[in-house]
Amino acid sequence: MRVWQFSEMPYTPAWGVDTESLRVTLPNSNYDPKLGAEIYRRQFENYLLADDLGFDLMSNEHHSTATCLQASTSVILSSLAGSTTKARLLSLGNPIANRPDPVRVAEEMAMIDNMSGGRLEVGLIRGTPAELSSVNANPARMVDRFWEAHDLILKAWTSHDGPFNWEGEFFQHRQVNIWPTPFQQPTPPVWVTVGSASTARRVADEGHVIATLLGGYSSRSTFDAYRARTLELGRPYPKSDRFGYLALVSVGATDEAGLERARLMQPHLDVSLLMPQQFLNPPGYAPVEANVAALKRGAKGSLSTHQQVGSGEGKDVMLGKKLPSLASVKRSMDQGLLFAGSPDSVLQQITEFSRAMGGIGHLLMLGHAGYMSFEDVADNIKLFGNEVLPALRELPEVDEADLAAERDELRRTVP
Amino acid sequence: MSLTLEESAASLSVRDIDVHGVTTELYEGGSGTPILYLHAGEGLRPSAPFLGLLASAGRLLAPVHPGFGVKPRPPSFSTIGDLAYFYLDLLDQLELDKVDVVAADFGGWIAAELAVRSTARLSHLVLAGPTGIKCSDREDRDIADIFALGRAELIELMYADPAASQVGESSLREDFDGLSDDALTSIARSRESLAVFGWSPYMHNPRLRQWLHRIDIPTLVLWGACDRFTLPKYGESFAAAIPEARFEVLEAAGHYPHIEQPERFAEVVANFLEIKSSSVVTGRPS
Repeated sequence: MRVWQFSEMPYTPAWGVDTESLRVTLPNSNYDPKLGAEIYRRQFENYLLADDLGFDLMSNEHHSTATCLQASTSVILSSLAGSTTKARLLSLGNPIANRPDPVRVAEEMAMIDNMSGGRLEVGLIRGTPAELSSVNANPARMVDRFWEAHDLILKAWTSHDGPFNWEGEFFQHRQVNIWPTPFQQPTPPVWVTVGSASTARRVADEGHVIATLLGGYSSRSTFDAYRARTLELGRPYPKSDRFGYLALVSVGATDEAGLERARLMQPHLDVSLLMPQQFLNPPGYAPVEANVAALKRGAKGSLSTHQQVGSGEGKDVMLGKKLPSLASVKRSMDQGLLFAGSPDSVLQQITEFSRAMGGIGHLLMLGHAGYMSFEDVADNIKLFGNEVLPALRELPEVDEADLAAERDELRRTVP
Repeated sequence: MSLTLEESAASLSVRDIDVHGVTTELYEGGSGTPILYLHAGEGLRPSAPFLGLLASAGRLLAPVHPGFGVKPRPPSFSTIGDLAYFYLDLLDQLELDKVDVVAADFGGWIAAELAVRSTARLSHLVLAGPTGIKCSDREDRDIADIFALGRAELIELMYADPAASQVGESSLREDFDGLSDDALTSIARSRESLAVFGWSPYMHNPRLRQWLHRIDIPTLVLWGACDRFTLPKYGESFAAAIPEARFEVLEAAGHYPHIEQPERFAEVVANFLEIKSSSVVTGRPS
């Protein structure tokens, strides 16, 4: 298993200023550039520490939010391409349905692939509902736009005979002929984040890596949809390197210490989706059927476009009145959103979770979240890197005998 | 106007109509001069009393915009022009002439786009709180951002009397008890389709205003005095861009005067439709 260290780079000093919103509407007067510059500096220190310890590194992208100072995945990864030497670099990812120019995405990613000597992995993602207003991308028909952008990017990377033309429904280009080409041929590994079985099937068609973010145990059905589709296409049973999962990870010297640290991280689950309802459910983001179900629940019923996470203690936590309870930490652990405890416990939890998923090859480790100090993060990364990572790297594919039974079961479901 | 509000609401029939491969629902009632009603962006409210009142003034045709009802949006429809041409096709197919178009909000935008293309089959145009044009500078919005406001804020901006937002097929109800799945589907799909056509540029076509001079039929622009969603001064600008258009304000009404003041609305519309089109504007034969 590969482990990808990741921080959203939260700007926690602004958490709690507006108890209804961390996203879209929170004025940036609550951002202090001097403090922000220091946060970036410390974040890159911890990325380099993780590189030294044998982690791979992940970046993402969000806009207009105090939950994430990574406003451009390209900027973060181009810096890491120059400052690291070993780690593979994952963008998870480029919100390509929100970007007006997919060819530019293809160029930027090709540059970073060259600058890193072929260490880049490129996630193409749909993005959260909150992003739409911030970047003025139309939430309706996003999925169609996503796949057209995907097709254009893949073609831009793999076309080498001079300019090609693109007159699509959403994107138009006369002369596509990117320089540089990707370092890795024909393309860097491509990832797509997935939340539904139907998307998983489409990603399986492409053979890309799929990842679920904080999807908990229900991720299994998503992964199985990918496996079933792969078999349906007459291809070999997909190996674990096709599957990634993002969770919070908190390691301490003892179980108690690991759980205590997790209380600092739990606010990530409690508050990071806090925003006015209309930004959580922009028109067309969720299917009509899901919105009908939400209307039946009435004005107070929410539309679950995301896995419902969190302890419900969010507002008190945001106001800095208290940290989440141990009980809410344990609830998150039960849901598979958080692995926490001593190195041995965390290793066991991850191994068991992977087994429950039918085998995952990539752990996307949110090793920094919520109210952790940078020292906490460094300690977390060191403990994990020294005492958990070596064993995970050696983790065999999920037991062959078990796998045979599961393959047979899946095959029975394939038409 | 001999019917009660309840009777008039119940007097409509509904059928599917296919126009060049696009099927939508068409509500109909009454007889006489054809009145085409183009509904607001929140969707058609089939139980709204003003529809029955319009049906007592003529032959009412109230179609559901493609993408705003039970049926899926046609995949190839993505601009306001698609809807305008759809309705021009519908008028051709039904061979309707001297049609009075009455339209509200987003429907008013469609009606204006339709009328700048051709008024050949039209007689009068009534626009109630239309969207669709840009008047103020680049940092000011003429139309409140419906996608960025919560329910309570929208009710405050759109209604003179908040209670009017809680009846029938209103999209801003606190609860939707008693509405059929079809009605809920229409509300949900309307919200999505409104984004398809109106997300960006937000609820307007930057090019439309310069062509409004082409509207050569008697036009009434109606505004709710209490409309804070689109201010009456926007309506005045809208009317000013259409040759000899009349501008009228209805008291005790917000953005949906047809919903909040159905009888007054129907009366004002009926009075306006009495005007002979040849007595106004340019020399087009009537």
